[in-house]
Amino acid sequence: MAEIKNYTMNFGPQHPAAHGVLRLVLELDGEVVERADPHIGLLHRGTEKLAEHKTFLQSVPYMDRLDYVSMMCNEHAYVMAIEKLAGIEVPLRAQYIRVMFDEITRILNHLLWLGASGIDLGAMTMFFYTFREREDLLDVYEAVSGARMHAAYYRPGGVYRDLPDSMAQYAPSKYHNESAVKRMNENRQGSLLDFLEDFCNRFPACVDEYETLLTDNRIWKQRTVGIGVVTPERALAMGFTGPMLRGSGVEWDLRKKQPYEVYDRVDFDIAVGVEGDCYDRYLVRVEEMRQSNRIIKQCIDWLRKNPGPVITENHKFAPPKREAMKQDMEELIHHFKLFTEGFHVPAGEVYSAVEHPKGEFGIYLVSDGANKPYRMKIRAPGFPHLASLNEMTRGHMLADVVAIIGTQDIVFGEIDR
Amino acid sequence: MADDLNKLGESLKQLLADKVVSLESRLGELTLVVSAEGMLEVFQRLRDDEHLRYDQLVDLCGMDYSAYGSVTSEDGRYLRDEEGVNPHSQRFAVVYHLLSVARNSRLRVRVYAQDDAAPMLDSVQGIWSAANWFEREAFDMYGIVFLGHPDLRRLLTDYGFVGNPFRKDFPLSGNVEMHYDPELKRVVYAPVTVEPREITPRVIREENYSRR
Repeated sequence: MAEIKNYTMNFGPQHPAAHGVLRLVLELDGEVVERADPHIGLLHRGTEKLAEHKTFLQSVPYMDRLDYVSMMCNEHAYVMAIEKLAGIEVPLRAQYIRVMFDEITRILNHLLWLGASGIDLGAMTMFFYTFREREDLLDVYEAVSGARMHAAYYRPGGVYRDLPDSMAQYAPSKYHNESAVKRMNENRQGSLLDFLEDFCNRFPACVDEYETLLTDNRIWKQRTVGIGVVTPERALAMGFTGPMLRGSGVEWDLRKKQPYEVYDRVDFDIAVGVEGDCYDRYLVRVEEMRQSNRIIKQCIDWLRKNPGPVITENHKFAPPKREAMKQDMEELIHHFKLFTEGFHVPAGEVYSAVEHPKGEFGIYLVSDGANKPYRMKIRAPGFPHLASLNEMTRGHMLADVVAIIGTQDIVFGEIDR
Repeated sequence: MADDLNKLGESLKQLLADKVVSLESRLGELTLVVSAEGMLEVFQRLRDDEHLRYDQLVDLCGMDYSAYGSVTSEDGRYLRDEEGVNPHSQRFAVVYHLLSVARNSRLRVRVYAQDDAAPMLDSVQGIWSAANWFEREAFDMYGIVFLGHPDLRRLLTDYGFVGNPFRKDFPLSGNVEMHYDPELKRVVYAPVTVEPREITPRVIREENYSRR
């Protein structure tokens, strides 16, 4: 009989299905995976070390670049940690805006995930469908912060500014003539909330569209049902959170169980899987998009009715109005101190976590009373998920590794930090 | 909520009795400090006791307290203020964040490593599988050795990296930089040429400075 030896294969770091810069050393027995050893850190930028050398405010934009497909949720955990430690009150309107943008971010993240893991498993069309909707939401990001992706919109004490009254308009070009531009601008005539409401009314039908492409698709089911099964016990032990944990049938969602901001005032349901395989995690994420849509609608209704301040009046933490600064000596000093030395956070330690689209995103902040954090640890949800890759892929075929990497919804910005 | 924390604190004190070094409740979070000896027994009990049931290790991170309460010079070095007191007894510690999904409760546990020159702690990988990579990361960044860890390799830094980058005495700009050498036709390392600088100095103001 021929002697059969195990075969070691390098997967990535330049592989489209590696979702970034994952280097995976796979030990294969024929086509069956015996052992998977992920090598990470190719995108390590030392965010935590950098934060120790920046004032508290200067680190906010770094948060966008952690999980670069769900930007505002990262900022949210960070500003919440500062607020908790410094005891800053956040105006209610700002809390609603944050919840609304967290849910927009969740849809953004899940749309990218759905498109990308669709492509991984051969469903090319998904990508075009999901990116069509993503574009509208990125326009919302841009309208509110000026940046399509790295928004830096949240601030300790609120958000940078109130929602704009108008949306950017398309201008005629050599690709789009007058009448085409008129059609494209139809839903951009009102405020940002009008545009978003129009999106929310359209979006459930879009999700139905995605589902007709995938949910009963025979190929999609063959690639995902029974792949990467995780029992609830193992999911807890391996530190799973978010859709990965809920896909295994554990009903755990920080938005419900440890509500922050105004999540206890909005109505939504948690989607929970049964089998704990890739297909269930897909269903959980699709349902989460529908629920996020519900939350956004409720926030729009509230925000329309309740104008008010969107950032704290405490000028030790948030800058004063430009007008006041020009008139008042004290406000000028506040402004100057805030943007040179930065504010001081009382000594202590705090852990604040949000239900990020990928799971529990936490910031452990230690301050010794200085204008910079003493230590900031980022608890990235993807980190323990990827750590479990070895266990999840063992005994599966090589092609299933791609499905499992896809289902973990991995982004290297947050894993490597 | 506060009542729950008090109750939890009491039951922790009772259950762990002599193992507890200190127990603090602040900002709605409980921080438990236990000694390095017998830490595994404590963690085992935290997970398995039916009144505690911390079934998930959410986070594990290394800490270097050597510069706690100090300010920085213009080139980014930490200067220790003579009067400033460091409340931490040892240089290195590991902070565990535990979550009980069953009871919806969180707990922070801090364990100081006894030896500042060679920090060592027991691995909790056998209790929570999630500790595997978290401990590798702390080993990589702080050089804390986890005894009993099955596969303690560097995780985030480059292959062949020297040093522990998150220690407070490791410069922000690093020690080496690399570039492509066209003659050798490979990437080479050289001592770093970046001048260390601190644009905004780190300062600590008197208490209540930022309060109205």
